[in-house]
Amino acid sequence: MILSQFVILGAALFSIGVYGVLTRRNAVLVLLSVELMLAAVNINFVAFDVYFQDAIAGGQIFSLFIIAVAAAEVGIGLAIVLLIFRNRQSANVDELDLMKL
Amino acid sequence: MSDWISHPENIVFVILAVVMVGAGFRSVTSRNVVHAVLFLVVALAGSAALFLLLGAEFVAWTVVLVYIGAVIVLFLFGIMITRAPLGMETQLSHSNQTKIGAAIVAGALFALISVAALQGFGDTEFVASPTRTDDLGLSIFQRFVIPFEVVSVVLLAALIGGIVLARRDPESTEELPAPQPTGVATTPSTNIAATAGRSAEGGDT
Repeated sequence: MILSQFVILGAALFSIGVYGVLTRRNAVLVLLSVELMLAAVNINFVAFDVYFQDAIAGGQIFSLFIIAVAAAEVGIGLAIVLLIFRNRQSANVDELDLMKL
Repeated sequence: MSDWISHPENIVFVILAVVMVGAGFRSVTSRNVVHAVLFLVVALAGSAALFLLLGAEFVAWTVVLVYIGAVIVLFLFGIMITRAPLGMETQLSHSNQTKIGAAIVAGALFALISVAALQGFGDTEFVASPTRTDDLGLSIFQRFVIPFEVVSVVLLAALIGGIVLARRDPESTEELPAPQPTGVATTPSTNIAATAGRSAEGGDT
């Protein structure tokens, strides 16, 4: 296995996530695309950790931290989307233009 | 290249990569919300299989448990709650013009990272060896114990914040019956209740 194959796969998944964030209208699906980007970052962390043969396995532990933070982010994000939906009857990110002049 | 593909682990990697990229792409372009979430499951399962290929078993099973088990359920819950249009829907994504712009941005990002990776690492080879969960646990609770505690506080704060944000405010519903005895701007139903209360009081006296 070479290192570049994992970095390129991570880059492909991250770019797909960026595309999803930019094109999706529904706030839940934007969060879903962010999850895809976080998964791509995890691949890089674990691949580099295995490559360096790190004695304290820092890359794998930080990928565990990313998973925990991603779970927290989804919980808070979905609560906010739920609140927005309750107040505005819509989860469409285009209609949230209160800050526009 | 033919030497690279002859290794069995690289064949597994290519299969996993194709499945993951395909599922990821379908999950950001699918017109069905539930299908998008289920394609994300496939992509995340692919990443778990990739971690097994790299020998990071604990991270692989954590991905299966936390991502596929919990986060996906949260997503489906969010979709059901916000009543995102189930079934085929054209209003889920932006117009074609935005899509072209987003595709250019994503493609440029991919090209940039790929070129940088190929120039930086070239064909640096490495051999995957299994990481023992024993070592991982010792490392978490010795070297990384402070980040671990910080993450646990973050999770607790997110839990409390999620509950506070998502619940219906009980105080406002409890305060609603309070103005009833004064009789100011009561709705017909509360009016009836107020008069019923008054008549009950009169019956007592």
